[in-house]
Amino acid sequence: MAADVEQTDWSALVFRVRDDQDKAAFAALFRHFAPRVKAFLMKSGASEALAEECAQDVMATLWQKARLFDAERASVATWVFTIARNRRIDALRKSRRPEPEDLPWGPEPEPDQAEVYEAQQETERLGVALAQLPLKQRVLIERAYFGDLSHSEIAAETGLPLGTIKSRIRLALDRLRQQMDVKATEK
Amino acid sequence: MTIKHHLSDELLMAYAAAELPEAFNLVIAAHLSMCDECRARSMAFDALGGAVIEDSTCEMSAGSLEACMARINGLSQAPATGMRRGDRVLPAPVLDYVGGGLEAVKWRALGMGVRQSILRIGDKGASARLLYIPAGAAMPDHGHRGLELTLVLQGAFRDEADRFGRGDIEVADASVEHTPVAEAGEACICLAATQGSLKFNALLPRLAQPFFRI
Repeated sequence: MAADVEQTDWSALVFRVRDDQDKAAFAALFRHFAPRVKAFLMKSGASEALAEECAQDVMATLWQKARLFDAERASVATWVFTIARNRRIDALRKSRRPEPEDLPWGPEPEPDQAEVYEAQQETERLGVALAQLPLKQRVLIERAYFGDLSHSEIAAETGLPLGTIKSRIRLALDRLRQQMDVKATEK
Repeated sequence: MTIKHHLSDELLMAYAAAELPEAFNLVIAAHLSMCDECRARSMAFDALGGAVIEDSTCEMSAGSLEACMARINGLSQAPATGMRRGDRVLPAPVLDYVGGGLEAVKWRALGMGVRQSILRIGDKGASARLLYIPAGAAMPDHGHRGLELTLVLQGAFRDEADRFGRGDIEVADASVEHTPVAEAGEACICLAATQGSLKFNALLPRLAQPFFRI
C-alpha cells in the first residue's frame, strides 16, 4: 500500500479513532507505528518479546488517549514517541521522569487546520533533514534517543531545523499568554 | 517574569530521551513549567524523537493487531483529568513531590536561618532538595561535587558574576566555585538537584563536557 509510505494524514486517523472508535483507522496507525515503536524499544535494549508487548501497550494507549492528542502542537509520530518513551521508563526500569505542568490549553475541539498541517509536516521535514546529516552525526543523535550514549560526542548543535519548531511553539505560547491576560483583565 | 538563565541543549535532549536521573528530571520539569522558551525548545526535542522513531521498523509478531484490539476491548477512553497547575511559588512537579504547597514542606534547620528539605527521590543518581535562604544570607555548603542544577522559586540570589531570579536555573559543576548570596528583600527559595557522590553516573560528566569545556 503505497499510501502508507507517502503523505498519509496520520492526525486524521487519530481523530477517527477518537470520534468514532474507527477500527480501520486504528489498524492503519498500528501497521505504521507499532513496528517503529518495537524497533525503538529493541534499540533501547528491550528483548524482542518485551518490545512486542510494550509496542502493543503503546498502541492501546494511543487508542485510549486519542482525546489527549494535540494535533496543533505535535505530529502523531512525536506523540507516539512520548508515549513509547514513558512506556520504556517502566519496562526498562529507568529513572522516573516528572512532566512539566499542563499548559493552560488542551487540544482544541476544532483545531486550526494550518497549525495542524504545520505540526504534522515538521516530523517529515525533520526526517528528511536527519537523513541528510553526515552518517556519524545522525547515528549519534539516534543513539542519544535510544539511551545509548557511549561516546562523549553529544552535540549541542544537531544541525537540524529545531529552531523553526521552537519558534512556532513559542509563538503559540505567547498568543495564549496574551489571551489569558486579556481574560484576566476583563474579569 | 523575565527568565535569563536557561537549560542547555544537552540537558534538554537528555530529558527528551529520558536518560537523566530523577532528581535532574524534576528540576528540569519544574523549570519547563515556568519557562516558555525552554518549554518550546523541549517540545522541539520531542519532535526530534518523533523523527528518530520514524526512522526504523521491526516486524510485529503474527496476530499482534488482533492481540492489541483484544487488549483495547474493555478499555474505555481515558477519563478527563483536571489541569495540573502549580501555585504561586511551587510549580506542579514540585507540588507533587512535596505533597502540597510551601506550608506542607518539612524544613530542617541548617543554621543561620537557612533551612532545607530533602525530597524523596527513587533513584540514587542524584538527590533533590528545597532550600530556604533568608534575605541577605549566603547559600550553604556550596562546593559542587558533580553537576548541580539550582532553580529559583522565590526571591533571588547573586554570585560574583550573575543574578538569578524566579525561574532562572543555574547549571554548575565541580569547576564552579562561587559564593551565592540571597538578595535583600524576600527570602530565597530554591530547588536544587545534586549529582550523587556515592554512585557515579558516567553519563552526566560526558553530557556536561561539551557544555563546560572540561
